[in-house]
Amino acid sequence: MELNRRSFIRMSGAALAASSIGALGFGASGEALAASVRPFKLTRTAETRNTCTYCSVACGILIYTLGDRAKNAKPSVVHIEGDPDHPVNRGTLCPKGAALLDVVHAPTRVKYPMHRAPGSNEFKRVSWDFALDRLATLMKQDRDANFVTRNAAGTTVNRWTTTGMLAASASSNETAFLTWKIVRSFGMVVFDNQARV
Amino acid sequence: MTDLQSLDLRRRSASEDTPPSIRHQPEVAKLIDVSRCIGCKACQSACMEWNDLRPEMEEFVGAYENPHDLNPAAWTIMRFTEWEDEAGNLEWLIRKDGCMHCSDPGCLKACPSPGAIVQYANGIVDFISENCIGCGYCVKGCPFNIPRISQADHKAYKCTLCSDRVAVGQEPACAKACPTGAILFGAKEDMTAWASERIDDLRERGFDKAGLYDPPEVGGTHVMYVLHHADRPSLYAGLPDKPRISPFVQIWKSAMKPIALAGLAFTAMAGFVHWVVAGPNEVQPEDEAKAQDILKHKDRT
Amino acid sequence: MTNTWQDIKNANVVLVMGGNAAEAHPCGFKWVIEAKIHNKAKLVVVDPRFTRTASVADYYAPIRPGTDIAFLSGVMRYLLEKDAVHHDYVRNYTNASLIVKGGFGFQDGLFSGWNDGKHDYDRASWDYELDEDGHAKSDPTFQHPRCVLNLLKQHVSRYTPDVVTRICGTPKDKFLKVCELIASTAAPDKALTSLFALGWTQHTVGSQNIRSMAMVQLLLGNIGVAGGGMNALRGHSNIQGLTDVGLLSNLMPGYLAMPKDAEPTFADYMKTRQFKALRPDQVSYWKNYRKFFVSLQKSVYGASATADNDWAYDWLPKLDVPIYDVLRAFEAMNSGKMTGYICQGFNPLQSFPNKAKIRSALGKLKWLAVMDPLETETANFWQNHGDKNPSDPSKIDTEVFMLPTTCFAEEDGSLTNSARWVQWHWKAADAPYEARSDIEIMSGLFRRMQAMYRQHGGAFPDPILNLNWSYLNNDSPTPEELAKEINGRALADVKDASGATVLRKGQLLDGFAQLRDDGTTTSGCWIYSGVWTEHGNIMGRRDATDPREQGLAQNWAFAWPANRRILYNRASADLEGKPFNPNKPLISWNGSKWEGIDVPDFVPTTSPSAGVGPFIMQAEGLARLFARDQMREGPFPEHYEPMESPFPNFLHPKVATNPVARVFDSDRAQFGTADKFPYVGTTYRLTEHFHYWTKHARINAILQPEEFVEVGEVLAREKGIGQGDWVRVSSNRGAVVCKAYVTKRLKPMDVDGKPCHVIGLPIHWGFTGAARKGFGANTLTPFVGDANSETPEFKAFLVNIEKAAGPVA
Repeated sequence: MELNRRSFIRMSGAALAASSIGALGFGASGEALAASVRPFKLTRTAETRNTCTYCSVACGILIYTLGDRAKNAKPSVVHIEGDPDHPVNRGTLCPKGAALLDVVHAPTRVKYPMHRAPGSNEFKRVSWDFALDRLATLMKQDRDANFVTRNAAGTTVNRWTTTGMLAASASSNETAFLTWKIVRSFGMVVFDNQARV
Repeated sequence: MTDLQSLDLRRRSASEDTPPSIRHQPEVAKLIDVSRCIGCKACQSACMEWNDLRPEMEEFVGAYENPHDLNPAAWTIMRFTEWEDEAGNLEWLIRKDGCMHCSDPGCLKACPSPGAIVQYANGIVDFISENCIGCGYCVKGCPFNIPRISQADHKAYKCTLCSDRVAVGQEPACAKACPTGAILFGAKEDMTAWASERIDDLRERGFDKAGLYDPPEVGGTHVMYVLHHADRPSLYAGLPDKPRISPFVQIWKSAMKPIALAGLAFTAMAGFVHWVVAGPNEVQPEDEAKAQDILKHKDRT
Repeated sequence: MTNTWQDIKNANVVLVMGGNAAEAHPCGFKWVIEAKIHNKAKLVVVDPRFTRTASVADYYAPIRPGTDIAFLSGVMRYLLEKDAVHHDYVRNYTNASLIVKGGFGFQDGLFSGWNDGKHDYDRASWDYELDEDGHAKSDPTFQHPRCVLNLLKQHVSRYTPDVVTRICGTPKDKFLKVCELIASTAAPDKALTSLFALGWTQHTVGSQNIRSMAMVQLLLGNIGVAGGGMNALRGHSNIQGLTDVGLLSNLMPGYLAMPKDAEPTFADYMKTRQFKALRPDQVSYWKNYRKFFVSLQKSVYGASATADNDWAYDWLPKLDVPIYDVLRAFEAMNSGKMTGYICQGFNPLQSFPNKAKIRSALGKLKWLAVMDPLETETANFWQNHGDKNPSDPSKIDTEVFMLPTTCFAEEDGSLTNSARWVQWHWKAADAPYEARSDIEIMSGLFRRMQAMYRQHGGAFPDPILNLNWSYLNNDSPTPEELAKEINGRALADVKDASGATVLRKGQLLDGFAQLRDDGTTTSGCWIYSGVWTEHGNIMGRRDATDPREQGLAQNWAFAWPANRRILYNRASADLEGKPFNPNKPLISWNGSKWEGIDVPDFVPTTSPSAGVGPFIMQAEGLARLFARDQMREGPFPEHYEPMESPFPNFLHPKVATNPVARVFDSDRAQFGTADKFPYVGTTYRLTEHFHYWTKHARINAILQPEEFVEVGEVLAREKGIGQGDWVRVSSNRGAVVCKAYVTKRLKPMDVDGKPCHVIGLPIHWGFTGAARKGFGANTLTPFVGDANSETPEFKAFLVNIEKAAGPVA
C-alpha cells in the first residue's frame, strides 16, 4: 500500500475529527501521536435493539448497521454487542453472542429458493413462485389423497397424518402463532418443535 | 487550546526524552478475576469481532485452546490447565492470556523504532504499526511472551486494550462481553480495591493464598489477575512467577541502542535529533525522509 | 423457569445438576457468580464430567450418567431422616397430608396397576381417597400410614447412602456433603435454586429426574420464593415461546390440549376439563378452560366459530395416539407412511438420534421443504459425504426445497426467554438476497392452498376456507397484527360482574381475566394476553427499574402469566401472609390485599385465612409430592437404568429400565450390549458453539474448529490413546472417527466395585458450514424416548472406543 507518513497523518486526523476521540486518556493530542488510535468504528452507524438468537437467556443486543437509515444507504450489519440496559445480560455476551455478526454474514446463508429434483445431484435456483406453487400442489395432492375424515369407529377426526412439520426454535411468537393456525387448519397432526433436543 | 503532541503520552519507543506528560489522567486497568472465569472464550470472540480479526481456523490438537497460541490476529486466548493439588483435588485453572500493559514495558524499552510503541498517560501500551519495522525486539523484550510478528505485513501485533474504545469512554470489548464479570475494567485504583474484596472472599472459601497479580518487577501492570493460588502464578499456564525484562534489553538500553539506531539509518537519527530539538509538531522534510526510509526498510524485512 | 435469571443471585445454595449452566448459558450464569459474591452462596455441581461450571464450583461431586433419581431419592431420604424439612411449607402447601387410595402400592420396581400385556399402567389407584363431597381426605398429623408423606418416606427408604454410592458411583462422603449443603436451605429464610437443562431431560426417565428435584425443593420449602425454584434453562431462544404457543402435536396455544378420538364432541372434550376442586374453597384456575378455548377458536376461525357449531370443534384434528412427536414422525417416515415434511429452522439429520435412521427416513419422503437462513445438513441429506454422510443421490427420489429465510437481525417480533419474558425485538437490516420471513413463506403456502381449495375443492376444505385471515396485506401479515391477535380483543362490549363496561367492542384485552366463553372475546394464546394492549406494545417496555435490586425488573417487557415474575409466589409467605424470608419478600398480606414487588400468584383480595392453597392451577391447591396419575411411570420417581447400561438395576433386576419408555420395536434390535460396547457415552454442547448453527460462523469455527471426544486419562492409558490421537467411537448404530481429548476431568467411577468409564461426545459438527467436517454425535445415539415427553436418551448409552488410524474419508 502506498501510504507515506504524511498522508497517514492526514487520514488519521480526518478520522479523529469524525470520531470525536478524546473522552478518556488521549484528549485531542498532537496529530502525529493521536494517529495511533484506531478511529472508533461505530460513531454514526445506526443502532437497533434486538435479542440474541441462540439460547433462552435472551440477551439484549445492539445491532450496528452501516449508514444512518437515509434512503440511499442500504443498511448492512457491521457490528453487534450486548445491550447494557438489559436486566439479564447487562451488556455481556457469550462467545456465540459476541460472534453473531459472523452468522448474519455466513457464506453458507441460503440466498435464493433452491430446488433439488428426485435423483438429482444438485440444487437448482428457482423462483419463489415456482417453489411455493409446487409445494402447495404437492401438499394438496397428499392432503386430498390421505386426509382422514372419520376413523374406523365412524368418529369425525379430520386429521392429516402423511405430511408433517417441525417448527423452528428461534422464530418469533408471531410466526409461531401464524404457523399454528395454518398447520391446524390443514388438519396436520404430525407437528413438533425443537423443545427436546 | 492546541494540544502538544506529548501531553497524553508517557513514553515513546526509541526516544531519549520522556514526554512532559503534564496532564494527570486516571490510569486504567483490566482486572481478570480467574476465580470467576468459566473459560467460555467470549473475550476471544469479542476481541476478534471488534478488532475485525479472523485468524486462520486451526485443528483440534488435544486442548481447549483455540487458536493454540497468540498470533498476529489472535490478541487474546484462554489457556486451560488441569491441575491436581497435593490431595488429588482437581482444579481447572483457566487464564485469559494477552498483553499485560506493563507500567515498565519491556517491549517499549526494547523497541528501536521511534514511536512504534507508545505508552499513553492512562497506562495503555500500544503498537503503532505505522512506525513498526518488524524487527521483533519487542518479542524479546516482553517478559510475558505476548507480541507476535505478522508474516503478512512484518509488523508486530498484540492487544491494544481497545484503545479505540477507551478513547471514547468505552470499556474494552473483552471486558464488556465477559458473561461472568471475570474481566472488569476501570480506574486502576478501583480495580485494586475491588481485587482486595475478592481476595477476602476467596480466602473465606479456603483459598488461603489468594492474591493479586500486579508484578512490581515490571512496575505493576494495567492488566491484573486475581489468582486463587497467588503464591504460584506459574500454575496458570506458565504465568511468570517473577516477570523480568530480559537482560538483553538492559544491555540494549545502555549500550547497544545508539549504535544500533545509527546502524539502522542515519536519517532516522537525524529525525530523532530533530524531534528532540524541535519537536515534531510540524512534519518536516526530514521526518518525511525518515518515514520513507523506514517504510522501505520494512518492505525489505 | 419458575424464577427469573437475575433472581438466582438471591440463592444461598445453587445446585447445578442435570445441566451445565456456565457453558450452555454463560450470560445467565453470571447471576450464580453474583450469588457467590454478594450472597455468599455456595455453588454445588453434580455431573459425570468436571465441566466449566464445576471449575468455579465450591463443591463438585461426580455421578454416573442416568442415575439422578437414585441420587435425589437419597437426598430426600436424608432430608426426611435428618428432619431438614420446612415443616410449615410441607404441611400447608404440599399434598403431604392427603391420603392415598388403599390400592396404591409399589413392589419389585413396578407400581400398582401394571398390565403386562399392554405394557402400561392402569393408573386408577394412583389417586387420593375422596370423601362424600369428592374432596381428598387428609391427615394433618401425618399419622395415617397412607398419607403422602409416609408413603414417600417408605418409598425413598431404600436409597441409603450406601445404595446411592453403589448405583451412582458418587463417593459416599461426597454424596453426604452435597446432602448437607442442600439441607442447609430448609431454614425458612434460606433458598436453594435448581438450575437444570437437557442433562436431566434427555433420559428415558427425564421427566421423573426433574420431578425428583421438584420434590426436594418442596421438602425444603424452596418453590415460590426468592432465590429458589425449579429453573429449567431452556436451550433455544424461543423454544419456550414455541411451546407456549402450542407448536407440539398434542397442544393448542396456552397449554390447552388437542382433542382426541375419544372426545368426539365439544361436550366430551370439556367433560375431563372441569377441574373440580379436590379440597374445599380452592381456586382451581383451569376451571376457566372454556373461556380460553372459545376465545382461541374465535381468534382462529372468527365469525365462523359459533355456539351453534360448538366453536368449530370439528375443524380441529383429533389425535388417535397420545402424541405425534419427532420420534414417531421419523419412525412413520422410515416405514414409508409419510409423503412430505417441512422443517422450519430445524435440522433433524444432526439433531435427532440414530443419524442413519433419520437419513434413511428422509430418503423415503416424496418431498422435503427446509426453511432456514443457513444451508443445513437436513436440506442436503441426499449428498454423499463419505463416512460422514454416505449416500447415493441417484437413488434418492425425494424432491427437496431449500427456502431462504430471514434471521433475527432482519425481522421484528417477540421471543420468550426461559424466565417467561416475552421480549420484542426490532429489525436492523433488510432480508439478504431473496430471503423471506417465515411469516411470508407460510402465508404464501397457505394462500395458495386456500385458492386451490376454493377453486377446485378437495378434502374437507372448511377449516382452510374459513380460517380467520384479514390482514392489511394478506400475503404478508405484520408481526404487530399477529401480536395483537395473540393478545386478543373484545368482539362486543365486555362487562364485569357489576354490569360496568370494562372493554368496548374492538378494544384490545388488558389480560386473560377479561376473557369470556360466549364468543365475545378472542385471544390466540390466553397466557400471552397482556402483551399488546390499548397501552401499546407491552413486550417492548424497557424500564429496567428493579426495586430492592431483587432481580424482578417487572416493568421490563412482559412476563406470562399476567406479568408475574416468580411463579407460585404466594408460597413465599406463611399461612398468615407474612414472608418466610423477611429480607427478600415477594408479596405479603396487608390486612386487605396482597401486595409486594411481584404480581401475586393468587387472588389479590383473598385473605390468607380463607384456606386457599397457593398452587392455584392445581385442583387441590397444593404442590404434589405424589403426582396422582400425571406421570406415566408412577406417582413417585423410581430409579431405572438407561435403556443401554453396563450395569444391572441393583434395586430390581427384573425391571431394569423404564417399563413405559418410548421404544419402537424396530429400534429394539439396534440397542447395544455392554460386552461389545462397555463404556457410557454422553452427548453435550460446548460453550463455543450453539447446536449446528455456529459452525457456520467463522469466529466460532476458529474457537472450536473440529470434532473431538473426551476420554479420561485412565481409560486412555488402558486403550493406548494419546493426547490428540485419532479414535473411533462406535455404538450399535454407527461410528464416529475423530480426535481424542485425554483429560483428568473424566475419572472412572466406582460402581458396585467396577469402574464406569464415561466418553464425552460434544455434538456440534456436520458437513456444512465453516468448521471442519464431522460426523455428529447423533450418529451414535439410540432412538428411544422419555415416557412422558418422548425426549431422546442422549445422555447415557453404550459405546466403545478404539485408537484409529485417522480420517477414513
